[in-house]
Amino acid sequence: MFCIWCDTEIMIEVNWNNLFYPDHPKPLCDQCETKLDFLSGNQCTLCGRNWDFGNRCRDCARWEKDPEWQGVLTFNRSVFSYSKAIQEMVAKWKYRGDYVLVESFRQGFQAAFTKQFSFLEVAVIVPIPLSLERLSERGFNQAEALADFLNATTIQALTRIHGEKQSKKTRRERLVSTNPFEVVTHIKTPVILIDDIYTTGITIRHAAKKLRDAGCPEVYSFTLIRG
Amino acid sequence: MNRNHWKMKLRGRSHVEEWLPAPTDPQQLDSPLEEIKAFATNFSGKLLVRHEIPIDDKMLANLVSTQFFTCIPSITQNPHQCRRCGNQLQRLFANIPCSKCGRTHVYCRKCIEMGRIMHCEPLYVWTGPTVNWKKYDQPCKWSGELTAHQQQAADQISQLIEKGSGELLVWAVCGAGKTEMLFPGLTRALQQGKRICIATPRSDVVRELLPRFQRAFPTVSIEALYGGSEHKEGKSQLILSTTHQLLRFARAFDVMVIDEIDAFPFHHDPSLAYATSRAARTDASNIYLTATPRSNQKRRISSQKLPTVFVPVRFHGEPLPEPTMKQSWDLRSSLKRHLLPSAFIQWFSKRSRPDRQLLIFVPTIELASQLVPSIQELCSQYSTKKMVDFVHAGDTNRKKKVDAFRAKKVFVLITTTILERGVTFPSVDVAILDAGHHVFDEAALVQIAGRAGRSPDDPTGEVVFFHNGKTDAMVHAIQSIKKMNKRGKEFN
Ligand SMILES: [Zn+2]
Ligand SMILES: [Zn+2]
Ligand SMILES: [Zn+2]
Ligand SMILES: [Zn+2]
Ligand SMILES: [Zn+2]
Repeated sequence: MFCIWCDTEIMIEVNWNNLFYPDHPKPLCDQCETKLDFLSGNQCTLCGRNWDFGNRCRDCARWEKDPEWQGVLTFNRSVFSYSKAIQEMVAKWKYRGDYVLVESFRQGFQAAFTKQFSFLEVAVIVPIPLSLERLSERGFNQAEALADFLNATTIQALTRIHGEKQSKKTRRERLVSTNPFEVVTHIKTPVILIDDIYTTGITIRHAAKKLRDAGCPEVYSFTLIRG
Repeated sequence: MNRNHWKMKLRGRSHVEEWLPAPTDPQQLDSPLEEIKAFATNFSGKLLVRHEIPIDDKMLANLVSTQFFTCIPSITQNPHQCRRCGNQLQRLFANIPCSKCGRTHVYCRKCIEMGRIMHCEPLYVWTGPTVNWKKYDQPCKWSGELTAHQQQAADQISQLIEKGSGELLVWAVCGAGKTEMLFPGLTRALQQGKRICIATPRSDVVRELLPRFQRAFPTVSIEALYGGSEHKEGKSQLILSTTHQLLRFARAFDVMVIDEIDAFPFHHDPSLAYATSRAARTDASNIYLTATPRSNQKRRISSQKLPTVFVPVRFHGEPLPEPTMKQSWDLRSSLKRHLLPSAFIQWFSKRSRPDRQLLIFVPTIELASQLVPSIQELCSQYSTKKMVDFVHAGDTNRKKKVDAFRAKKVFVLITTTILERGVTFPSVDVAILDAGHHVFDEAALVQIAGRAGRSPDDPTGEVVFFHNGKTDAMVHAIQSIKKMNKRGKEFN
């Protein structure tokens, strides 16, 4: 086996533990694996970022003060904290389109999902969609690739209208900018939105709001990275 | 026969000729001739994916149906080979559920930095009319003079360019002035209306060469292609390119010069050799420049399968500084504690020219930074100058630090092998700490030694290998430098 990130050969040591039950082939070598930082320690109960000063971080407090956005998102959880290493990996995966790199995240993504969301008895997975333009550019939707890892009902309940690059706008502009999502399937059970990264929370909240307005009782989100 | 043998080795099983379509006799197209000519200049000699062709869908479909463009599958089946980069390592192909065609199929991971090659998307080859490149009268404005050694190499280069179809290795010592040796031959090529590529594995070399070629050939259209370069069209008659960028070319060049054929990553990455060989036309003149040929090239030289010309003397006529070896038993233990080995301290305190700047090579990035305090202390003891700095490949201030050293604002520069090539400082002594480390192979040691004595005003310079047990690489490097100096003397 070769590491799918650095392409060095991975030597698997056979011992009494894995002699009869061989480990799953590992996608990353040990060195690359340790570059991914799992989120741990004190976290904001709403957005899941590292936060040492109480229940909710400043950003979340601001969201919850706004009557329009209050309670729209029940909470977000993420797998990894933001680091240069994961940024590089995600960039190559998402923008260069090296699809197979998603395997690097499989195990961590599945384990964290079980840990964070198994309390929900019924829930439907909804991956954040790409606009058709973006999808044809990339050839795949990174959120769908992640959703495929989860053993749960997945519904493409949303579509997205092509708009300007979000990153070019300020927070204020993005907040008031029109919601790019449309509901195509109404869901009456709790929903877990899936995306690669939660940065400002705007994308997730736009999607959540549309689902809630269409009758969804509760919207959670689960992302690979908390930016 | 020789040449074919070389190509087969580079390409493995799949020969480019088998799948690269020949120019056709395209049907009439009701487009103006000027437009067709512009397309030919833009696209002939290339291997492109759809989004690299700035033509609308309708026009392109028209050009394909009339055979101005021919589509070929981008990735073969069983086993997979990527036709852009030549990759045949099956583990560097992966599957993608493709939203464009709705199926799951392979893509190439090897060349993905240049844009992803998908199984469902063809490569486009221009098979329309070929380009008549300009024939220049007197394109070369360089007025310098070649030394006798340079002239001898220049003559052989010119002969090969005149004749076409063949190879020539120019084995020129560091500081021989190899760029200038190319000028007479390139002049000849431009007079004959040939298309030229100067390729090198390293993008800083491309950037450095561009202004020199623009000055030498001011009326010729010249383009520099490297990752991040502004112009990526590659439609000029004279192209300076990293070997990487040649992945977009096929059968384009009549003259293919590869500078530093032995440098990283060229000799590590088979796709670069593949791309370079494919970018040259089958009847091209192939010229390779190196100061430190690798063993496969040396084998071909000694079995007389690769015509070779030596340039054993630097442009200033002085011999290469021959390195000395100094053993230090405490080398590894001192370096581990970030201290200097005793033999180094002794040598430093008695340098023949204590005012000369010092370039110190170390095997690792960590060591480069760790040794700064010890060197500073040593300088304050034995020298009036004491600015010490260190540099490595990932250093964002690399260029600044190198410039500061060149401007003599820094007295001692500690570096990893990143400065082994390309950079020249007029007057330095060179020390390697732990020359027996495996990063210092023979080629690296010869290149490092070549940093000393570059200026005609100070053509000597000390080169010392500090070690705790000599290696074959050290012995061979010194032998090869001595051999070159001997060759130089014989020539005179
Ligand atoms: Zn790895
Ligand atoms: Zn928060
Ligand atoms: Zn043969
Ligand atoms: Zn496809
Ligand atoms: Zn490829």
